[in-house]
Amino acid sequence: MSIILDHVNYIYEADTKMAVYALKDVCLQIPDGQFIGLIGHTGSGKSTLVQHLNGLLKPSSGNVYYNGRDIRDDDYDLKELRSKVGLVFQYPEHQLFEIDVFSDVCYGPKNLGLSRKETELRAYEALRLVGLPEECFFQSPFDLSGGQKRRVAIAGVLAMKPEVLILDEPTAGLDPKGRDEMFALIAQLQKKTGMTVVLVSHSMEDVAKYVDRIIVMNRGSVLFDNVPKEVFKHYKELEDVGLAAPQVTYIMHALKNDGWKVDEEVTTVAEAADEILRACGK
Amino acid sequence: MKAKVIKKTKWHRKHSYMAIIKTDELVFDYIRRDEEGNPEGITRAVDHVDLEVNPGEFVAILGHNGSGKSTLAKHINAILYPTEGTVLVDGKDTADENNIWEIRQKAGMVFQNPDNQIIGQVVEEDVGFGPENMGIPTKEIWERVEESLKAVGMYEFRKHSPNKLSGGQKQRVSIAGVLAMHPKCIILDEPTAMLDPNGRKEVVRAVRALNDVEGVTILLITHYMEEVIHADRVIVMDHGRVVMQGTPREIFSKVDELKALRLDVPQVTLLAHELKQRGLDLPDGILTIEELTGALRKYMPI
Repeated sequence: MSIILDHVNYIYEADTKMAVYALKDVCLQIPDGQFIGLIGHTGSGKSTLVQHLNGLLKPSSGNVYYNGRDIRDDDYDLKELRSKVGLVFQYPEHQLFEIDVFSDVCYGPKNLGLSRKETELRAYEALRLVGLPEECFFQSPFDLSGGQKRRVAIAGVLAMKPEVLILDEPTAGLDPKGRDEMFALIAQLQKKTGMTVVLVSHSMEDVAKYVDRIIVMNRGSVLFDNVPKEVFKHYKELEDVGLAAPQVTYIMHALKNDGWKVDEEVTTVAEAADEILRACGK
Repeated sequence: MKAKVIKKTKWHRKHSYMAIIKTDELVFDYIRRDEEGNPEGITRAVDHVDLEVNPGEFVAILGHNGSGKSTLAKHINAILYPTEGTVLVDGKDTADENNIWEIRQKAGMVFQNPDNQIIGQVVEEDVGFGPENMGIPTKEIWERVEESLKAVGMYEFRKHSPNKLSGGQKQRVSIAGVLAMHPKCIILDEPTAMLDPNGRKEVVRAVRALNDVEGVTILLITHYMEEVIHADRVIVMDHGRVVMQGTPREIFSKVDELKALRLDVPQVTLLAHELKQRGLDLPDGILTIEELTGALRKYMPI
């Protein structure tokens, strides 16, 4: 059970002079339950890639398989695919529309044709999962704070019980504490439900702390695909494509250049502190 | 009697007597309403803020979502008017309607979303929109467009369509549009929130250049701690009040206080703080990698 992209190409405005490759020969395998960071600068193809994962876009050539079945097959049920692969867009709170929080979260499961009881049960469960206090359930979603609205929008997708959850920059516009809380929430969701999570982000520092694997996109192709510390070894190449490794990586390399015997592969502040103290002999 | 002409240096701009922005006991309340429009209560978004920004200064404002920083910024551009207290921009009271256009020209504003700020079909037309509205002669408009686009490094894109530009490039065009109105001060409200790391760097570099080279006063609101380390002064807001104020080094040496205010410090500062707590003798408020490696050198085993 997994998602497989096999030599996927996607061309915008094909057959015209303006044809642009948005994805170029992308081969990826995403196994169940993995926590993945998808990184790339604006225009690198990450959003196009993500839209292939739930069939919003179909490859110009190549194939996308979900659980072994080609999603381009004529008899493939795309509606079911979209309930299995949940996509949380950027600024998802702009998509809230119902009169109260609970009804908004019910909208997804209701459209799946579930019974009223099952719908409400799922909505309740989803709102609990994102940690929204119960007294907010029957308030207008527009009276909530920005961070809470975003949680409601995520709950709306969770209520569909997806097997794969894709979040496009879930922390855009949040303050630092809000960013930490959002990442912690997503990591916790991933652990609790065992879902596959794909996190689209610009921030290496945040992603480094949580994900198992980082996929770096550049000009429509996969540039790196590995565990965080292996990817950050290429910090110079990352800079060339408009990204950066976490500041910790630069600190450790600077120390190494200074003559310290430290492991420059650590990726978080806590690991770096341990490593420096060890090198000091403390 | 003729006044003696003194050539103004950056030092003079910083220490000249009159503040470019001055708020005195500024309060802003807004009325919360329910669906039918009936008032439900009052929220105080800005609570007795005294702020003075000197010409040529680079001031950064930090604060969590809802701390009142954007509301404060909107007062300086006369988008909002004080409930209590006064706001003076270059000596003009924003509450006086006759001053509005002069104030908006003196204090330009750049917002978060680049797509909401660009109206022209071609980059240079967009930048010329402001001065055109001010009634500047055509020849001078083009001169201003050219110098503004050069100042933000977008001159080579002058004939491009704005919708084909990257977020960072669009944001620099927005800044050029403000710059073409020859403002004394530019207020940027989270200009980099929607940009990728490269776009962020481009915008921050352009803003710093305007401050260093052109002497434009900058008020930068941001959530990214790396962007404020070059500011002359950092102001931290919480619940509509100014709760901390100082140089970036002074502010970032208070790691725990910042965390309590839902804020953060750069990773290098956090690492130094962590090492210090675990027994190493390091100075407070380390801001750069070089400072950290320098301070650690004494611990290196021989």
